[in-house]
Amino acid sequence: MTLRRGVFLSGIAVLCAWVLVPLYLIALGAVGGRDAVNSWPKSFWPAELSLSTITAFMNIAGVWTSTLYSVEAAVLCMLFSILLGVPAGYALARFAFRGAVAFRLVVLLTRAFPVAILALPLTVSFIRLGLYDTPLGVGLMHTALALPFAVLVSASLFQAIPREFEEAAWVFGCSGITAFLRVVLPLALPGIAATAIFAFVISWNEVFAATVLTVRHKTLTAYLLSVLSESPLHVQFAGGFVLIIPSVLFIFLVRRHLFAMWGIANR
Amino acid sequence: MRNTRLAPYLLIAPSLLFLAVLFLVPLVQTVALAFQADGPGGAAWSTANFARMAGDLNFADAIINTFEIVVIVVPLQLCLALGMAMMLRHVQRGRDIVLWIWSIPLGISDLAAGLVWLAILTDQGYLNTVLNWLGVVKGPQSWLSYETPIALLAAIVVAEAWRATAIVLVILVAGVQLVPKEYGEAADVFGATPWQRFTKIMLPLLKPSIQTALILRTVLAFEMFAIVLSLGGRNFPVLVSEAFTWQYANQNFGVAAAYAVVVMVISLAATLVYLLALRTPPEQR
Amino acid sequence: MTRPGLRGLSAALLGATLLLAPPRAHAEDMVFVSTQMRPIEEAQKVRDTILKDAPAPVAYVTEDPPALPVRVKAEMQGGKHTISLIGALHGELQPLATMGALMTLDDLAARLKERGIPDEVMKLGQFGTGHQMYIPWMQATYLMVANRQALPYLPAGADINALTYDQLQAWAAAIQEKTGKRMLGFPAGPKGLMHRFFEGFLYPSYTGGVVVPFRSDDAEKMWTAFAGLWKTVNPNSTSYNFMQEPLLAGDVWIGFDHVARVLDALRQKPDDFVAFPAPAGPKGRGYMPVLAGLAVAKGAPDANGAMALIDYLAKPETQITTARAVGFFPVVKATLPPDLDPGLKLAVAAIAATGGAKDALPSLLPIGLGQKGGEFDKVFMDTFQLVVLRGQKPRAVLDRQGQEMQRILTETGAPCWAPDPPSQGACQVK
Repeated sequence: MTLRRGVFLSGIAVLCAWVLVPLYLIALGAVGGRDAVNSWPKSFWPAELSLSTITAFMNIAGVWTSTLYSVEAAVLCMLFSILLGVPAGYALARFAFRGAVAFRLVVLLTRAFPVAILALPLTVSFIRLGLYDTPLGVGLMHTALALPFAVLVSASLFQAIPREFEEAAWVFGCSGITAFLRVVLPLALPGIAATAIFAFVISWNEVFAATVLTVRHKTLTAYLLSVLSESPLHVQFAGGFVLIIPSVLFIFLVRRHLFAMWGIANR
Repeated sequence: MRNTRLAPYLLIAPSLLFLAVLFLVPLVQTVALAFQADGPGGAAWSTANFARMAGDLNFADAIINTFEIVVIVVPLQLCLALGMAMMLRHVQRGRDIVLWIWSIPLGISDLAAGLVWLAILTDQGYLNTVLNWLGVVKGPQSWLSYETPIALLAAIVVAEAWRATAIVLVILVAGVQLVPKEYGEAADVFGATPWQRFTKIMLPLLKPSIQTALILRTVLAFEMFAIVLSLGGRNFPVLVSEAFTWQYANQNFGVAAAYAVVVMVISLAATLVYLLALRTPPEQR
Repeated sequence: MTRPGLRGLSAALLGATLLLAPPRAHAEDMVFVSTQMRPIEEAQKVRDTILKDAPAPVAYVTEDPPALPVRVKAEMQGGKHTISLIGALHGELQPLATMGALMTLDDLAARLKERGIPDEVMKLGQFGTGHQMYIPWMQATYLMVANRQALPYLPAGADINALTYDQLQAWAAAIQEKTGKRMLGFPAGPKGLMHRFFEGFLYPSYTGGVVVPFRSDDAEKMWTAFAGLWKTVNPNSTSYNFMQEPLLAGDVWIGFDHVARVLDALRQKPDDFVAFPAPAGPKGRGYMPVLAGLAVAKGAPDANGAMALIDYLAKPETQITTARAVGFFPVVKATLPPDLDPGLKLAVAAIAATGGAKDALPSLLPIGLGQKGGEFDKVFMDTFQLVVLRGQKPRAVLDRQGQEMQRILTETGAPCWAPDPPSQGACQVK
């Protein structure tokens, strides 16, 4: 039993290391500067703790502002996807209606299409609508990418919540909407939060559409893509590291929430 | 319920409208682009773009590479994530920390993930340092060049497994936590082994989650390209990177759109296969 | 049970929403889009050094060359203009002029006459229309850089400033024999400028032309020779986007690239490197001078500001600052001061040696291809990939790719450019 426990715990540890070690290594690459990147053999400890590469990177004009645009677009994308996607997911899960299959197909079709190309015909219409080169425009475009996630994930969430719970609520005189708000929504919230994270992350990480739809108000990824691929390795690593930090923090912020999802299973 | 007949339509209307404007319209424009070519009298319907695409030297490679990646990565990720999700059920202390660590890659873009693994796999990278120390290689060694296609494929698979397993994991964990504990307890009463419990109870109950995860992952795997670009450069063409090259570098939107249509048809086919293979009858919902 | 988590999430949401009040502090700055000096460190030098004393605040934005016409076209069609000033290569500005996206700058050109831009260079900015479409901005070229450790392996009797491709191969082969490593490098990565090597260096050197002799016997011999040379080339070359990194890392001892893309290596370790002209072939020392120009977008939000900035950038002092900062050289009459840093001096000497070589054979950037420029480059890279990387027979590949090239030229109707002989109508592959 203890042996099994030991194997189990080391399995957990290995999987944690599998995630963390690469992150540690890019952090090394990011703080080490050019000399560390060109050194051989590599040291697994930082020679000196200097943040000069990263501060130099963050001081480059445009990095901070583009970070802000990234957050704007990502939050908008998150809000739109949840507000539009959750009701649709609920409809798919709870109602057998004519056109449900077709709707599901349209949603899937969206996911089955490469992002990149869609932004191009959109450029011209966005300019006409005044959405070109705005975080709102980018957020809208990203919603087109994240919405299918939101719909599909929330559909499968609601599907997994027994219908009887709601029916019980109706019996006690709750209206459809109240039953949804009081009974179903709390159960589904952890999953919806996960969906919101998806939406945020999709937008935060999306490069191509953001590049095409902006000139001056570039999001961080778009900004990095245009400069990173032509920068020396240590700057690339610093850029990669900066891209990663917020996502690590964001996931940390909602980790209790992810944990709470676990709590429901123990009910 | 009075409005039951109308309710679902009201619920889907906003998203449908949104998708019509921001997805269907540009989609139609793109498909039109793929099937048009400049003729003597302006643009005319033609399959010239597809002919050029199929005649291109990278087309066959791109198809093969794309499928190789999807076929290797998606099952790998599903198994890994299932294993992790099952392990998580038995973690008592520090569950939220483990869950947090395992879901970190969820927030990492493929651009950043490519850079992470580039730092490890370059000639003078950390992998070679370790291998050198173990005496496996002598001095810097390249793994990502056109002369080492298998190592390059392995590198991309590893990087993709590292980055995107978390998405599958979160969907599965969300599914697992909705499986009532009583099912497992009942199985215990009947003396089921852990493996039987997993295959006979957990897997069937997780089917909707697995379906969602598979669809999302497969379609995303067909779409991936920043990770391939940062690790393999032009040594490892995939369908979307070719679409990107035709669009951006070669400035031929028609051929780029043709590639886009191919990716769409393939993804659509894969999606349909999953929908049919993992169908959940309504009465089990 | 989910309360704390939810509160955290809503706090995050709220915090993020507050950020939505957008800071538009620099919304009114004039937008200067450039396809040159894109790398992060160079762009920063442009903002901090070159544009520091600009007449008005400037938002310096970089754009990949293929994306520039897409963006300009989109702004034209959409009618909302953000770009005022465009800085790009001669060949990149031409399609913009063709689509009518550039303002004519005849008055400005007349005013700038006393700056001493050579007439033939100024005239390039007219694209043969009789109107000034852009003002020449700065120039550069490509060169070779070698680590000093490689010098002992130079073949006997070879002059590094008058190298031939055969000697280069012998040199790299000697290094490979002694060190066991392939130390020659080319920027053949996805964002590298390898196609320029074929268009401006290898083809002219071996065939005396680019388009006309594309599938000639000389070209066939050239590709066979280059496939031989490639045996001594570091296989990572197909991932190199520019050579200064592998040179600095010691992965590569001899490299070819655009001066701005090796300058960092020369600057960081001027004592470790030498710079010299690209090799010569049977037909001469083919090389491609690079000319960048400044143009004002039609419908620019701030056309006057853009012209004032052109005036500023074409001042001798600014041009010298530009040379110091990013390694692009003046087009106006300006003498580079003697106190240049040692790395830049190496580059200047190599560029002078390239243009001044007895067998120099200048080759222009492709002209008149408009949006097909990318596909033109692809013809060379595809041929390279098929012949050199996949080992196919050059004859069959050249015949096939020659048809492709002819199709592009016929569709665009582009006449031949130097060093090919001038043509009536579209250039013809022989």
